[in-house]
Amino acid sequence: MDYFLTDVQLEIKELAHRIAEEKVRPVVRELDESGEFPWEIMKVLADADLFGVYIPEEYGGLGGGVMEQLLVVEELSRVCSGVAVSYAASGLGAFPILLYGSEEQKEKYIPDIAAGKKLAAFARTEANAGSDAAAIETTATPDGDYYVLNGTKQWITNGGEAEVYTVIAMTDKKKGSRGASAFIVEKGTPGFSFGKKEDKMGIRASATRELIFNDCRIPRANLLGREGMGFIIAMKTLDRTRPGIGAQAVGIAQGALEEAVKYSRERVQFGQPISSFQAIQHMLADMATQVEAARALVYATARMIDSGAKDFSKESAMAKLFASDVAMRVTTDAVQIFGGYGYMKEYPVEKMMRDAKITQIYEGTNQIQRNVIALELIKEYASKKR
Amino acid sequence: MKIIVCMKQVPDTTEVKINKETNTLIREGVASVINPFDLYAIEEGLRLREEHGGTVTVLSMGPMQVIESLREALSMGADEAVLLSDRAFAGADTLATAYTLSKAVEKIGSFDLIICGKQAVDGDTAQVGPELAEMLGVPHVTYVRRVHGIADGRITVERMTEEGSEKIRFPLPGLITVVKEINEPRLPSIKGKMRAKKTEIPVWSASELGTDPEKTGLKGSPTWVMKVFTPEQKGGGEIFEGEIEEQVAKLVRKLRETKIV
Repeated sequence: MDYFLTDVQLEIKELAHRIAEEKVRPVVRELDESGEFPWEIMKVLADADLFGVYIPEEYGGLGGGVMEQLLVVEELSRVCSGVAVSYAASGLGAFPILLYGSEEQKEKYIPDIAAGKKLAAFARTEANAGSDAAAIETTATPDGDYYVLNGTKQWITNGGEAEVYTVIAMTDKKKGSRGASAFIVEKGTPGFSFGKKEDKMGIRASATRELIFNDCRIPRANLLGREGMGFIIAMKTLDRTRPGIGAQAVGIAQGALEEAVKYSRERVQFGQPISSFQAIQHMLADMATQVEAARALVYATARMIDSGAKDFSKESAMAKLFASDVAMRVTTDAVQIFGGYGYMKEYPVEKMMRDAKITQIYEGTNQIQRNVIALELIKEYASKKR
Repeated sequence: MKIIVCMKQVPDTTEVKINKETNTLIREGVASVINPFDLYAIEEGLRLREEHGGTVTVLSMGPMQVIESLREALSMGADEAVLLSDRAFAGADTLATAYTLSKAVEKIGSFDLIICGKQAVDGDTAQVGPELAEMLGVPHVTYVRRVHGIADGRITVERMTEEGSEKIRFPLPGLITVVKEINEPRLPSIKGKMRAKKTEIPVWSASELGTDPEKTGLKGSPTWVMKVFTPEQKGGGEIFEGEIEEQVAKLVRKLRETKIV
């Protein structure tokens, strides 16, 4: 399918593809086994200017948008989703600052993130606050020119590796979700430490850790927007980044599809390649069709966001929901086509199946995405003049 | 510091296939790339510029399609690129190539260091670098695997030899050819690619270089390729298995059978 990308978008896609093939593919299995954070690859992405593709030129970026960012995510994810999410999570940490930060905050933090000198991370989830975002227990108490943070964030992508963290904490618990605020916290701030690295099923190259705040004092100047805006900042950020999860899912599915086609042409049973059997052909055809449909929805959503649309919660949720479900089905089918070999770690598709699963869970479970879509649908219908 | 890097465009050897009937390379549809050893030369030029300041100019001789490879060098970070292209240059051997390059270096004017890859992967001669240095009358060191430093108009390098290595210091201007151990070439950056698209690449012809027609192209080439062929495939060896005594006995028996001993 031709998506009529601009010249710059094509350059970005091509370079990300090349990095994925030349720098990521040779170490995919090693990274999956060791779970070591891919710093060398992050450095290559930084030198290639890819951390700045979605950041305005005035802060050292290339001036693109969500579309440019997800082209990189998709190409990396096609080869290793663990690497892709480490790249993408920096954007997730940066978007709250880009969207709600003051000029001073943007000038202080964004250029280093755009250059890939510093990674960013976003911290909302807690042990008891997953889908229920209002149940956040981490508190931020004003004290003179400071806020004092206490509590523990859980499963934070890039936790421990990132230098800049956007953290959602309660400034007024009585107000529920309206009592949440967003803060920028720098690694190294006294009272800010990390828990152990989680041992995950997939995306194992990425780092997932707890963030522990113990009387951590941060300057008042690090408040994003105003007190009470934490929830809206988180929601608006996630609306913008969910297509990125969609792109991650499309990348995984594309990688699995390519492996499945290749294998089916090589594997001989009953005296002929299994690609000659209609049962396999139809599976491949369905896989390819689903991948293309997911990509089309993800790209269309990204373009809608980049065009300056105001409200895109529904489309963003659809892109994430559809693409991640496709990734799960397509990778499962790829393992099926590989048969017993597919179940073995020596072959690449079992990792893709493990990696695909998380895309149905994080940045809002697919059940929550359906809630968002349904709510928007009903709101739209109710507001129509009849 | 003014650095000139010589680059050759070659067929992507990872894609080259051989026509088994005619024993010749199938070049149709094979992509052209920067000679891999020249990528190390470009990278070393960029690193020396980052350390000492100055400029990196990439020089290449070949048909107009070489512009694409020069653009790639620019997108890696080279400051300028020049293509030497003329019908009169076609069919050049290493001597005629070195002569043409030397005229281009003279036209560029002054330089401190010329860097070449140790050889091109298509011809494998490793001659152009040294010949170019001779024509320009500057010292050269081949097979450099490390530049230790540049100070007081002298460069200190380590060159690979079959037995080990040699550390050599020599005055600049001069020329080095580099091996793959010297560095890991960077990939282009997006900003570099966008800059490369806008950078004009001058194309110098024979008349602009003022080259002697007797010394360029096929006419200026004393080397003539009579035939290119693939060596006959040799059969695989025989591996003796078992305990060491057993293996030795088998080997001795075989050597006797074949009347070698």
